[in-house]
Amino acid sequence: MLIFLLRRVMQACFVMIIISLISFAIQDKLGDPVQQMVGMSVSQDERNQIRNELGLNDGFFLQYWRFAEGAIHGDLGTSYYYKEPALDVILEKLPATLELAFCSILLVILVATPCGVLAAIKPKHILSRLLMIISSIGLSVPIFIVAILMVYIFSIELNMAPSFGRGQTVEIFGLWESGLFTKDGLKHLLLPSLTLAIALMPIFVRLIRAEMMEVLQSEYIRFAWSKGLSARRIYFKHALKNTMLPVITVGGIQAGTLVAYTILTETIFQWPGMGFLFMDAVSRVDTPLVSAYLIVVGGIFVITNTFVDLIYGLVNPTVRLASHGL
Amino acid sequence: MKKKVIIVCCLALLFWNKATATTLRMAFDADPISLDPHEQLSEGTLQFSHLVFDPLLRWKQNGQFEHRLATKWERIDNLTMRFHLRHNVTFRTGNPFTAKDVIYTIERLKKSPDFRAMFDTIKSASMVDEYTVDVHSTYTNPLLLNIMTYVFPMDKAFYQNQDQIIKYGETFASRNVSGTGPFILTERELGSRMELKRNPNYWDTNSDGNIDKVILTPIRADSTRLAALLSGDVDFIFPVSPIDIERTKKIKGIQLVTLHSTRILLLHMNQQRRKEFQDIRVRKAINLAVNQSLIVDKILKGYAIPAGQLSPDRFLGHINNLEPEYDLTTALELMKEAGYEKGFRISMMAPNNRYMNDEKVAQAITAMLSRINITVDLKTLPKAQYFKEFDNRSADMMMLGWQSDTMDSNNLFEFIIACPDAKTGMGAYNASEYCRSYIDDDIRQANREMNPERRLRLMQQIERTLYNDAAIVPLYWQSLTWAAKDNVKIQDIVNDQNYPHIGDLFIEE
Repeated sequence: MLIFLLRRVMQACFVMIIISLISFAIQDKLGDPVQQMVGMSVSQDERNQIRNELGLNDGFFLQYWRFAEGAIHGDLGTSYYYKEPALDVILEKLPATLELAFCSILLVILVATPCGVLAAIKPKHILSRLLMIISSIGLSVPIFIVAILMVYIFSIELNMAPSFGRGQTVEIFGLWESGLFTKDGLKHLLLPSLTLAIALMPIFVRLIRAEMMEVLQSEYIRFAWSKGLSARRIYFKHALKNTMLPVITVGGIQAGTLVAYTILTETIFQWPGMGFLFMDAVSRVDTPLVSAYLIVVGGIFVITNTFVDLIYGLVNPTVRLASHGL
Repeated sequence: MKKKVIIVCCLALLFWNKATATTLRMAFDADPISLDPHEQLSEGTLQFSHLVFDPLLRWKQNGQFEHRLATKWERIDNLTMRFHLRHNVTFRTGNPFTAKDVIYTIERLKKSPDFRAMFDTIKSASMVDEYTVDVHSTYTNPLLLNIMTYVFPMDKAFYQNQDQIIKYGETFASRNVSGTGPFILTERELGSRMELKRNPNYWDTNSDGNIDKVILTPIRADSTRLAALLSGDVDFIFPVSPIDIERTKKIKGIQLVTLHSTRILLLHMNQQRRKEFQDIRVRKAINLAVNQSLIVDKILKGYAIPAGQLSPDRFLGHINNLEPEYDLTTALELMKEAGYEKGFRISMMAPNNRYMNDEKVAQAITAMLSRINITVDLKTLPKAQYFKEFDNRSADMMMLGWQSDTMDSNNLFEFIIACPDAKTGMGAYNASEYCRSYIDDDIRQANREMNPERRLRLMQQIERTLYNDAAIVPLYWQSLTWAAKDNVKIQDIVNDQNYPHIGDLFIEE
């Protein structure tokens, strides 16, 4: 276990260095940040002066060195637009994104698991077939179309949910702005989390179904049947548990998709989270913020995947982490 | 019994409605980057300035000046203008508004990197008495009043000694604000929300404006912004994308207001990069091959005016009969005469998120030029990257949109067609590298010419030369479209510079 963790930390450091290098290298391609700070009629001399003050005229490695030095001390630069440390800006927006992701993951677990199980146990049932059809449609329709459809149906036509924003929030423990505890906040959460859940759900329904069907064919399930165990016990205690192993792995990988989808969803619904912040930062050429975002997200990735591996061990004790070279 | 209950409920609702404040929820595509009105010369900053500050004077919809904090102005001599200020006006902090604040603001504008260029023409401002200011210009300046529309007096006692302007760092002025304007900032979450409440001590009691609270949300995506209006989450939006306009018009309870702006879209043909463009016949042929009316009709759905010159009709330099021409046969003949019957290949760049449908317009131009055998390699870029390429003059043909800060033709000429000069900043956006010293002389002269007749002739002369020389390809003047709920009377408070006077906005209950 300890060896595993140590290895992981080393891997993580390596990954973070690479991410920081890449995020730093693309900065130049985003455009000119000074261009965004000044009006159209400001002269080249003035611009050059600002560029000099910001150190943008220095060489790449000098700039990177300055950045890396700060990063080691926990300073990822100061956002040009927010004029605050980039890390603070991101952490301020983190609760909104986490709540959105949490709600949609909850929706996915609550809906996809029973659906997948049902489709596996009763593959010929009309409901199962319907589920399969819906899930393949869900897989093939892009998320922004889903989002626009949702807005059209639920906010323009039915007027049930607001079309953008996060609504009213309350502060919890003085550090977490939460929208989960107000009616207005929950209403605002409805459409974005549903959209995000719809984007992720089909793959899980299909995966759970396929895995479960395979498990149901295995020797030990047949043995359980012949032993006379109740159907419920077999399905939910023996079969489902083994089904979940690959599902968890895929879930960890899907965390990346989740991040990508939150960017899209947040942009469409004007959800004031990290994804929206990132899109805004890109269009404003707020390069310190862009780099910081990539590093934070990279960090989240590394951490979730480590956790996934740990959970793996918990669900199936026969998996020995260290010996798997993980 | 039941009836009574219903009646009581209705009455209660009625009174409750009366009791609640009139709130305007507006969604624009950008929000001010800073609370400091002098940090950036941009639309967002100026919109904010009109909310929280008051200008000395401002433009009316008809192109005339309207008195705001200046009640009267008079010319003392060729270099001096006297402004009489409104009495009994206070800032948010309660400090009285006096001549000191105006002088302080003008001096600060002269230090701002964004406003400096414009205010260089003002030498100084001096106090005559507590409510009178003399503004001295460096040389005779016909546009002094136009420039003074950018003076939004700031509270000297509040800002003094902590008023540095830094573009990329936190300053006192970027976080705190004190103005005399119709609204007071109450809450701000940068990039996502801004809340303002009515200034209870606002001087302009004759205004129809009845809004107690403004909530401003920047919404970047066109479809989200429109959906927010249609679902009733906001009351007033800008802009509306041309493809949505027809659809939105049909919706009950929503009104659209369109005004022609003074923003000109044009193409630069770089004569340094391509010797072909040095031939006037080629430039003429390109001008004839581009069909401005078709672009406006098909791509902008009529929400623009085809342009054959730079100056829109409310500017002094506008010449009435200069219309864009489209004549493919003549264009082909001219190409043949110039020896380019087989055509040639050029590169072109255009932004894809800066102007209305800019990418589609660029693609249409590519197709139009192919009719005279010019093959265009088009590259479109997001605005953040585009203007870097523009500054580097990276392509043979480049698209540009320009709105004159001074609402005058000469500003267009100075930036777009004057000979590029890094020292003076003239021709900073001249990606044609077209250079005629006599035009530069005319521009300089027009900057000082006080006689309107002579000034008009000077500017029309420049416009005429540009046309005869086919120096650039003017495309169109873009329109601005706002949408709002029917009861929000935006018709009278929007203007072609897009600084809606929200203070005067009236909402019907």
